Amino acid sequence: MKGVVRVLEYNWMTYRRTWRGTLFFTFVQPVLFLAGLGLGLGGFVDRSGTGALEGVRYVAFLAPGLLAAQAMQMASFESTYPILGSIVWRRTYHAMLATPLRVREVLAGQLGWIAFRLAVGSVAFLLVIMLFGAVQSPLAALAAPVAILTGLAFAAPIMAFSATLRTDEWFSAIFRFGITPLFLFSGTFFPIAQLPDVIEPIAYLTPLYHGVALARDLSLGRADLLAAVLHLAVLFAYFAAGVGAASITFRRRLVL
Amino acid sequence: MLPLSSQPLIHARRLTKRFGSFTAVDGIDFDVAPGEAFGFLGPNGAGKTSTMRMIGCVSPPTGGTLRVLGMDPVADGPRIRARLGVVPQQDTLDEELTVEENLVIYARYFDIPYREGRRRAAELLDFVQLAERAKSEVEPLSGGMKRRLTIARGLINEPNLLLLDEPTTGLDPQARHLLWDRLYRLKQRGVTLVLTTHYMDEAEQLCDRLVVMDKAKIVAEGSPRQLIERYSTREVLELRFAPGAQESLDGQLDGKLDGIAERIEPLPDRLLLYTSDGDAAIDAVHARGVEPESVLVRRSTLEDVFLRLTGRTLVD
Repeated sequence: MKGVVRVLEYNWMTYRRTWRGTLFFTFVQPVLFLAGLGLGLGGFVDRSGTGALEGVRYVAFLAPGLLAAQAMQMASFESTYPILGSIVWRRTYHAMLATPLRVREVLAGQLGWIAFRLAVGSVAFLLVIMLFGAVQSPLAALAAPVAILTGLAFAAPIMAFSATLRTDEWFSAIFRFGITPLFLFSGTFFPIAQLPDVIEPIAYLTPLYHGVALARDLSLGRADLLAAVLHLAVLFAYFAAGVGAASITFRRRLVL
Repeated sequence: MLPLSSQPLIHARRLTKRFGSFTAVDGIDFDVAPGEAFGFLGPNGAGKTSTMRMIGCVSPPTGGTLRVLGMDPVADGPRIRARLGVVPQQDTLDEELTVEENLVIYARYFDIPYREGRRRAAELLDFVQLAERAKSEVEPLSGGMKRRLTIARGLINEPNLLLLDEPTTGLDPQARHLLWDRLYRLKQRGVTLVLTTHYMDEAEQLCDRLVVMDKAKIVAEGSPRQLIERYSTREVLELRFAPGAQESLDGQLDGKLDGIAERIEPLPDRLLLYTSDGDAAIDAVHARGVEPESVLVRRSTLEDVFLRLTGRTLVD
């Protein structure tokens, strides 16, 4: 599996030239969201009492949800344009596959790179949350790996889809009709019990709901083992199905 | 068992590639010996690139036998690719990285340590005359420079076999000649070259031996000289007529020029008369009262071989 490491090295080499541009997404965006929504809107929400959120301040309720949601957003971006670019525009994967590297190493390396980016982003986000004093339990540290897994549950299936495309016209639809609605309605900003009864069950099927719920339970120190296992199982299932699909679509696309 | 050096580096029998119902390569046979410069000459769509991709172990054959460096591309792909250099038709350079970084990261794919990768990169950039651009980004380089960089990248693992798919397509004449010169030097160093081209001058310049491909099949094989001797005459007389004159003369000309040449090939803009003595043929044309707008005597080329074999020109 040396090939997997080589793909990581390649990504690291290109990242060294572009990392400054990712700083905003990694550090500034969490601060803005937590300040604007967590403190600004949250102060307003908390004034009418914390009963609706089971005695939790809004910022403490929101922060772990945002952690999982931003992992989804970062993973979705990293598994759309860069993948299509490596196949169609820059043809990086074709260059790699002319060497001893194998398709499965390219795929695993790319997923590994996304996991690394998610790890950096999630740890940074967690630090910002701590600065806001929005953490209630040491278990919150485990919310970072949960966010990484949430990201991968999106990255793998989206990568599988990206590898079937010839142009990027589908991507704006994915973000508009997939990622943005999930961001808003998967329990990040309000409990999904608020959703209309017909829509509520749909939320349970999405990976983001499970990532948000588990990250929040950990951060608030109220995690229940059975619920945690269920959340993890759903996230793993999306990830595993995505990896299976991507192994097929990558091979079909790159080995003709 | 033959000694390793005389075993063919590539051995193909009834090699076939199908995409659904479309047959890209239709049962071709060829061998490439160590140290040889071997070419696939043919028009676009003849099956050259599909053949190259099978040799490069990135496209499994649909049928037939293929051995590269004595191994099976399907079972031993990574081991074979470790000893190949590939210059693809479409550049796959990383425009976000510098010239040197492109080579160093590629070296990593072959398990070459960073320090050694940088050493080889410097040496190869010297060879392809890009040393002073080592730290510059790839994006602003000219087409010829990018091609040379791609060749340098293909040599980073000191390959036994260098595969070049249309190495000079799209380059200006000066860039092509510089590239040919570098490839010629590689050949002299004993690197085995396999290339595809639809330029007959490129095939003549670089190839010791070549096969002519048309419609997924090999239609002829030999050295450029052998092919010309076998399928064409020593000289060619080209007759050009005023626009429109050739069509109106067509019927008449056939009769008028009978016997002057071994073979007459009408093209849309000119007539080609295949003959061993071009000057004598000019005299004969004039003696019969045919007055073309211009005449040109030249030596036969692989273009003429291709026209003879397929009835079509190479580059449309």
